[in-house]
Amino acid sequence: MLLLALPGCCYFIVFYYLPLLGYVVAFQNYLPFIGFVDSPFVGLDNFRSLFTDPGFWAAVENTIVISLLQLLLYFPVPIGLAILINGLISTRWRRFIQSVVYLPHFVSWVIIVALFQQMLGSDGPVVHALRATGLPAVDLMTSPPFFKWLVTLQLIWKDAGWGAIIYLAALLSIDPTLYEAATVDGAGRWRRLWHVTLPGLIDITILLLILRIGALLSVGFEQIILQRDNVGPGAGEVLDTYVYFHGIAAGQWGLAAAAGILKAVIAAALVIGANRFAHRLGYGGVYT
Amino acid sequence: MSRRPIWMERPRLVERLAQGLILSLVVLLVVYPFAEIVSTSLAGQADVDAGGGLVLLPLHPTLRAYQVVFEGGAVTRAILISVGVTVVGTLASLATTVAMAYALSRPILGSRQILRMALLTLFFAPGIIPSYLVVKQLGLLNTYASLVLPVLLNAFNLVVVRQFFMAVPEELVDSARLDGAGDLAILLRIVLPLSKAAVAVIGLFYAVGYWNAFFNALLYLNDQSRWPLQLILRLYVIQGAPLPGVGSYVTGQAPPPPESIQMAVVVIALLPIVFAYPFLQRYFTKGVLSGAIKG
Repeated sequence: MLLLALPGCCYFIVFYYLPLLGYVVAFQNYLPFIGFVDSPFVGLDNFRSLFTDPGFWAAVENTIVISLLQLLLYFPVPIGLAILINGLISTRWRRFIQSVVYLPHFVSWVIIVALFQQMLGSDGPVVHALRATGLPAVDLMTSPPFFKWLVTLQLIWKDAGWGAIIYLAALLSIDPTLYEAATVDGAGRWRRLWHVTLPGLIDITILLLILRIGALLSVGFEQIILQRDNVGPGAGEVLDTYVYFHGIAAGQWGLAAAAGILKAVIAAALVIGANRFAHRLGYGGVYT
Repeated sequence: MSRRPIWMERPRLVERLAQGLILSLVVLLVVYPFAEIVSTSLAGQADVDAGGGLVLLPLHPTLRAYQVVFEGGAVTRAILISVGVTVVGTLASLATTVAMAYALSRPILGSRQILRMALLTLFFAPGIIPSYLVVKQLGLLNTYASLVLPVLLNAFNLVVVRQFFMAVPEELVDSARLDGAGDLAILLRIVLPLSKAAVAVIGLFYAVGYWNAFFNALLYLNDQSRWPLQLILRLYVIQGAPLPGVGSYVTGQAPPPPESIQMAVVVIALLPIVFAYPFLQRYFTKGVLSGAIKG
């Protein structure tokens, strides 16, 4: 019987747990043709050169700024969308809107970037509209100052609808008699939203917030690597692309792995910290 | 059509208008880009020039862009590769997921620990450099296997399938065992047919993942002739490289405008998703997945 689980077990061990050993190259001057075992150990040298590289700090800053921007602008959107959809009384409309807003989640990042290029690029409707009103026509796809807003907009377009699913499920599980009782007590639409709906969403919101905080240093890798070259590394480099370009592309394995370790350790600390904090506030959190 | 519950007051006109307006805007924002790429892909040079590069409605719709794309060869090959990887990958993923989920759905020694090990992987990513080194050590660089094996299983899908297998009554399994059925026969003849819907939707999720994947191919495949469709799309549409075969296109007619060729490739890459979507959607609106999330 357990034999049936064997292929799956091998997968998780080989592609999730074994790679953790690979982080040893962060402490080595790893040379691919010599291999892990014989590459010379260099202690913390990789971390030292990482910390003195201004490119690394720029990547850290970009990552954190994009993450916070997404937390602020993206995170609330699915909640609002779910409440709006939930307010629809007609099931037919509700189903129609749901099918439309979930769709972009299944579209690949390559296509999403192509779509945005079409919309916001030099020939798109936005530039046409800007030109028609006499404003300076900026190609928003290649504008470094706009980049962080751009990736946030793309995330909202792609995933806000899909993100609403889980809140919709939570909304459906709110006991309708609560609404009834609140109405009998004289609560209007907005008081019910405040005193019944939002408290019904708080647990799932906290859970997702913790997961989001744990991923603070991971901002859509596929999305950003597709567009980094449009705006240059100054505006478009994030931690993951830094690791990719220094490690895979430039062969600075140790340096890139060191950045990867830092990221992983900080992410783990963030999840644990956020979870503790949620427990202290009296909420469930992700794990106990 | 469902009705407003009796306790709820009639919504005021302003509220209804605001709600309708916001939701219509949301729908428009999602639908408009899709509409525009389709019309651009059907446009000829005259349509593109008339709109200054922006085509809302092609007055002379033509399929020439698609014809050129398929004649070029590069896209056709990439489509074949993507289809192959998607089909093989999905079957392999489903087989391992179903087998593992079944083993973990029965109360046997060790299944708790294995489940915990699998679940933990939801909370961390293996990291780019270590993953690359593992794939390299396994000798998978530049092979199609590198597009499948590193993403073979997904712990979330595993849990969803396991949840459905757990719902199969133990008595049914026991009686089959008394009749002499082995584990594999029970899985294939009893458990699987009872959870068809869930397994189908998980298969579709895997398929969409394989079809859309682009980063693993970028990471592990140096050889451009092995690139799947998403990477080809990146090369010709996002990076704007000219499609091979298009420049040398001579039949007395001018070639279609580059905009429509690019958008034709985008539409081709979108088609499988559009076809799979109604099936996907039927299941997740029924709450197949949200039920599992709570469990």
